[in-house]
Amino acid sequence: MAGPPILEAERVSLRFGGVRALTDVSFAVRGGEIFSIIGPNGAGKTSMVNCVSGRYRPTEGRILFDGQDVTRTGTSRRAALGIGRTFQNLALFGHMTVLDNIMVGRHHLLKSGLLRGMAYWLGGAQREELEHRREVEQIIDFLEIQHIRKATAGTLSYGLRKRVELARAIALRPKLILLDEPMAGMNLEEKEDMARFIIDLNEEWGMTVLMIEHDMGVVMDISHRIMVLDFGRRIADGTPEVVLADEHVRRAYLGEADEPVERVA
Amino acid sequence: MDAPLLFQLVLNGLIVGALYGVVAMSFVLIYKASQVVNFAQGEFLLVGAWVCWWLLTAWQLPFWAGFLVTLAFMTIFGVLLQVIVLRPLIGEPVISVIMATVGLSIFFQALMKWMFGVFAQPFPPIFTADRMRVLGLEVQTVYLASLVVSALIMLGFWWFFTYSKHGLAMRATAFDQQVAQSLGVSVPRVFAMSWAISAVVSAVAGVVVGVVNGVSSALSFYGIKVFPAVILGGLDSVVGAVLGGLIVGVLENVAQYVDAEWLNWGNMYQIAPFYALILILLIKPYGLFGTRNIERV
Repeated sequence: MAGPPILEAERVSLRFGGVRALTDVSFAVRGGEIFSIIGPNGAGKTSMVNCVSGRYRPTEGRILFDGQDVTRTGTSRRAALGIGRTFQNLALFGHMTVLDNIMVGRHHLLKSGLLRGMAYWLGGAQREELEHRREVEQIIDFLEIQHIRKATAGTLSYGLRKRVELARAIALRPKLILLDEPMAGMNLEEKEDMARFIIDLNEEWGMTVLMIEHDMGVVMDISHRIMVLDFGRRIADGTPEVVLADEHVRRAYLGEADEPVERVA
Repeated sequence: MDAPLLFQLVLNGLIVGALYGVVAMSFVLIYKASQVVNFAQGEFLLVGAWVCWWLLTAWQLPFWAGFLVTLAFMTIFGVLLQVIVLRPLIGEPVISVIMATVGLSIFFQALMKWMFGVFAQPFPPIFTADRMRVLGLEVQTVYLASLVVSALIMLGFWWFFTYSKHGLAMRATAFDQQVAQSLGVSVPRVFAMSWAISAVVSAVAGVVVGVVNGVSSALSFYGIKVFPAVILGGLDSVVGAVLGGLIVGVLENVAQYVDAEWLNWGNMYQIAPFYALILILLIKPYGLFGTRNIERV
């Protein structure tokens, strides 16, 4: 579980004009772990994930992925290097089928260019296509979305769309997968399914997971380590037990006052 | 009314309309991929046709060779145009981008006139038989060839967007650039590719029209005719572009006939599509297949 760090953020700061979204945030995600970022709304969690995925460029600091400095690397290049992600707000290609959505995730793995594609029937491209289809089917089986593979993504229920989005990110075969609130808006049953998928993804598929999630129960259950952000600063990190016990965290995030408030039964 | 004549007119309309459809598709391709309204679409036809004509006359290349070189040239032309002119304008106001394409249009019109003169030049003959009989109708071979070429291009578009890796990436980019990037799609490359394909496909249409009517600056008028077609079909719909093109083609032929028979207003052939354009904008501003933008204010 505790492999060498796959992702390192070194003193990352991000400013939009006068707004400081992140200040001096450092952390490391080790290969093979489930690492969660928690914090109140506006704490900078999504900004941090966007810095990792390449959507934002840190104003200061560095991002290292697999030991390589990717601070200046573009989003699509980072995806090809092995950083996959899902989005906080659903971001499926609504007009496309589930299968096509997932196939876009294979983009950088599909080697056949235009010319080879035109020579589709000559064999090479076809064999490659079959291999990809096999792997895509594996992902579809894993996430239990066989019955909707030909459905148009935009017509699906919220929980299913979240699952398809995860499938699309997995199709990239990332080493590190960023999940931005994978369980937001889900009912209990859907949350349990999703938690199971994330654990399997981590244990069976060997993917390192960096997750933002608001449901504290889930976060404490499945995370190996947690970092807490507040107002763009890291206020704590460590195992769930350590974080839960941390005084700053209790004050800033869990909403407890300095002195215990008397409970009204 | 004279039924065979009407039939002939509709057929002519469909043949020309298919070409409009092809040009409209390449216009929509650019619009969908990079949200640029390209006023220089007609000049793609013009440049392509002149280059091919020049290769065939000045270099005496056989048609197939000249045609292939033209396509290769247009690929590079499209990519360079995107990289040099359009890429620096990403993020600028829409009106700046539109003005840039209007500028390109004027520039290439003038450049072509300067290089090749202001007179229409005929293509060297390509087909041995001038006319063929199909289903009892007398059809010019070039027209028939043009219909076949248009159909092939449309089929190619369909294949490209349904099955190819890059087609899928383009659809993804058209839908959401950020998400496409997060899945490893290089958006700048998709933009360049859309311009290249658009330029190549338009050039094919340009060569076909050039073979039929000769090469002249009138070719760029196709770029203007594209507007009624795409607005009828919906700015962001490839299928709509084809249908819009066909409808505009038939419309202008029938309008000309009606005008010659009864109205005698003159020049309906040129004007009718634009009357239709105004009507469509009044009745169905998003076109037959376009996406409705829902805005909450």
